[in-house]
Amino acid sequence: MILLVDLCYREGSLGYEEFVLPVARIVEKAGHAVRAVHYRAGPGTVPDDAVAVILCGTPLADTTFLSGLENFSWLADVRVPVLGVCAGMELICRVFGGTVGPGEEIGMTEVTVLAPDPLFAGRESFPAYELHTLACTDPGPLRVLAVSDQCIQAVRHPDKPVYGVMFHPEVRNEWVVERFLSLAGEKRINP
Amino acid sequence: MKLGVLCSGGKDSLYACGCAMEREEVACLITVRPANEESYLFHTPNVSLVALQAEAAGLPLVAVDSPGEKEEEVSDLRQALIIARERHRIEGVVTGAVLSVYQATRVQRVCHELGLWCFNPLWHTDQEAYLRSLIRRGYVAIIAGVFSAPFDASWLGRRIDEAALANLKAYAERHRITLTGEGGEYETFVLDAPFFTKRIAIEETCPEYRNYRGMYRITRARLVEK
Repeated sequence: MILLVDLCYREGSLGYEEFVLPVARIVEKAGHAVRAVHYRAGPGTVPDDAVAVILCGTPLADTTFLSGLENFSWLADVRVPVLGVCAGMELICRVFGGTVGPGEEIGMTEVTVLAPDPLFAGRESFPAYELHTLACTDPGPLRVLAVSDQCIQAVRHPDKPVYGVMFHPEVRNEWVVERFLSLAGEKRINP
Repeated sequence: MKLGVLCSGGKDSLYACGCAMEREEVACLITVRPANEESYLFHTPNVSLVALQAEAAGLPLVAVDSPGEKEEEVSDLRQALIIARERHRIEGVVTGAVLSVYQATRVQRVCHELGLWCFNPLWHTDQEAYLRSLIRRGYVAIIAGVFSAPFDASWLGRRIDEAALANLKAYAERHRITLTGEGGEYETFVLDAPFFTKRIAIEETCPEYRNYRGMYRITRARLVEK
């Protein structure tokens, strides 16, 4: 089972359909069961039957999740692969000691891969859909995998199978989610 | 949260409105009426009848006329949202965007500029499941325009029901159209929705059709009891 975490400002918000369900559809299409939980409703740990976790995005105006970092202490000790999407990457950046600051992109942009990683399957660049007003301004210990001309676009933890992408892969880049799931299943991204 | 729903009169915006009503407070419908039928940003068939839909839903309508020229459409949208914010104190906007990055990007940018939230509850939805839900929930959406092969004149005014959905699915497989008309293959107009207190009755139409392009112009309609 793949655990999807809804980072929107409240459980059952209108953001759920826009930011969680499209990712859920990709995961189900790839043959996995899905469980979606709101970040405030979670047990504070990753369930035993979860083989990977995806932290989903939020509406552009919604940065509420960043003022409740205590809800994400489980991330520091996570043992399964994690993919943070947009808001999820901002969260990963904060939890692992990086900083998040102003960084706006709305619409399509070009993402350039700097560091080869199995997640990007050998691609050097690709167009991607962006929807954020904040960005990872200092990655701290996280490795920068990709950038746009505005900001860091992808990071990976140096020791843990934890990724963040600033763009929304559910729009025109479903392959990134599929690739993450495939690598997680093969345990190829475990340390 | 008080929300304004961008409404073209078609199925996607009215369905999105229904979703928003289940979760938040919908304060008004907002429509931009393009003079140009080739509008890039706004859908056109029967958009002048959104006023009847607003009345049926018991919602005020903010309507702005637009020349419908490419980048100026964004200014017209901004003007409409400013009026809705001032008049109805909306904090956010709901759209029926399904796949259009062009449309979503422009609406997101204007909302951000104006300090408004933006919600797209149909974004990258499962198109077949969405149409089934639309039918099951009692939305009465008719085809208001066709703009591609293989749609013939018989589609104009046809209700989207299970039979129509079966035909659309066959077209999607054979002719690579999108099920929901997201590629501009067809447009719709909603005559009834679960949250309408009255329904729209069409009294007179002026259909036009030629070479896989047609419009089902509704020239006279009124609200009647459901």
